[in-house]
Amino acid sequence: MKRLFKTYLEKPELAGLILLVLLIVVFQIRSHGVFLNADNLRGILGILPEAGLVAIGVTILMISGEFDLSVGSVFALMPMTMAVLMVHGAPFPLALLAGLLVCAAVGFINGYVTIRFAIPSFITTLGMLFMARSLTVVVSGGFPPLLPADLPTWLFTSFVGPGNMFRMSFVWFAGIALLTSLMLSHTNFGNWIKATGGFLPAAASMGIPTARVKLACFMLCSMLSGFAGMLQVLRLGSPLPSIGEGMELQAVASAVIGGASLAGGIGTVMGGIIGTTLIRVIDNGLVLSHVDANWFKFAIGFLTIFAVVANAWMRKRAKAIKMEG
Amino acid sequence: MTDAIISVRNLHKWYSGVHALKGVTLDFTRGEALGLVGDNGAGKSTLINILSGVHTADQGEIQVEGRPVSITKPRDAMDLGIETIYQYNSMVPTMSIARNLFIGREPIRFSVLGVGLLDQKKMASESIRAIANVDLHLRSPDALVGELSGGQRQGVAIARAMHFKSKVMILDEPTNHLSVKETKKVIGFVRSLKEQGVTGVFISHNMHHVFECCDRVVAMARGEVVLDKRIEDTSIDEVHGVL
Repeated sequence: MKRLFKTYLEKPELAGLILLVLLIVVFQIRSHGVFLNADNLRGILGILPEAGLVAIGVTILMISGEFDLSVGSVFALMPMTMAVLMVHGAPFPLALLAGLLVCAAVGFINGYVTIRFAIPSFITTLGMLFMARSLTVVVSGGFPPLLPADLPTWLFTSFVGPGNMFRMSFVWFAGIALLTSLMLSHTNFGNWIKATGGFLPAAASMGIPTARVKLACFMLCSMLSGFAGMLQVLRLGSPLPSIGEGMELQAVASAVIGGASLAGGIGTVMGGIIGTTLIRVIDNGLVLSHVDANWFKFAIGFLTIFAVVANAWMRKRAKAIKMEG
Repeated sequence: MTDAIISVRNLHKWYSGVHALKGVTLDFTRGEALGLVGDNGAGKSTLINILSGVHTADQGEIQVEGRPVSITKPRDAMDLGIETIYQYNSMVPTMSIARNLFIGREPIRFSVLGVGLLDQKKMASESIRAIANVDLHLRSPDALVGELSGGQRQGVAIARAMHFKSKVMILDEPTNHLSVKETKKVIGFVRSLKEQGVTGVFISHNMHHVFECCDRVVAMARGEVVLDKRIEDTSIDEVHGVL
């Protein structure tokens, strides 16, 4: 019993999960049962994958000990790249591939510059935030290009499932979440990510290629963000150059609410998803409870600080529970 | 010198103008516990870093079991059976004991391009055995290394080296920051290496610790070996005198 208690207290995503359940109950009562009805859930689940995929990437990168502020800009750059290519006649699969390659390149540059010149990734990716956003506007020429009519929306945004509950994007999201989660907890590469972020000198002395591990995490983060941006553009039907603004900080908030440590080494994919869901639930629930929507950012800010404090406290409690021996 | 497990010949190393190693020649005898002593900047850490693949020598030759080798990264040294336990601890505190034991050498069930599924059952059972083998009593291989005491961490590091059948174990200041009781335990580990046929290289500032557990003492100063004697042929005073 004591062991079980300790094991659960040590789970980094626990604080976020408890908050999420509490908030759902509160919003359900305050909205007189509207919050959990099918229409509202469909709305939340329809946009969750976009922020969720970004949060997964940011969480994994944070576990490896690095940080990415450029995800919001990449979120816009990737679909804009695709749109411009498609306007010039490229077929969708080719445009998708090119878009993902652009993301991979951005991630590579972020990682390479950070590692090669030993500067904080906060700085590298802050620079990239501006550069990628600027590129997005430049390639679009200031006007969002018109998307072709025959896009494979059935593969990405159409409603599916019982009662048309989910969009296809949710299936992608669930699949990617499962894969990345497995990667982190059940593969040697996941072990290397945690070791690299947990204590770099030890990881390096045990022969782990820490630079390559970080580089891979940077690239994964950028590609997930770009893919998420494409999902949003397919949902909205137009590649606006301004999408994803402010997303970087929300993604960091998601990761942190979900228990990821800014210092690296600690965190889970599930935690990042819980954090994102929490933010979406607050966004939606405040409106349904007739609270002034301008409280949204206040709530997220408060929650971020609260979740981290709660997590630190729980970890301390868990440590204090001494087992036999 | 047929029983030398590692021989270094005329090793030189410069750090941006500083001549840190000035032609070090030394044999590490198989099955022996060797104490390496010297002041800060004497070159002992440089020598160890070269043997463990953290740095590479600018000049000179290293032989392992009679064959010339090139050690350019930590993995090379580990593959040759040279395991180093650093003073800053070669453990990741946010990970479990079982995970730490296998960092970089995880047992894999199957893999694609070097990335594969961990054999967690094997990791758990082998880590329990590895820890028990060094006479360390820990509650569970799932406990976080960050919750262990300094001595226990060194114990786990030694268990890891033993588990991977290292032939030479280099311990870089393993008794730093440890309580008296835990220091005793680590010294016990070093002594037990010999019974298991492992060559030990014990680096310490504390001459008493070296004299307590080593067969031979090598003193370095200003990048050179200044004394190389068996423990019974020298004294703490003599070693202090040459440093």
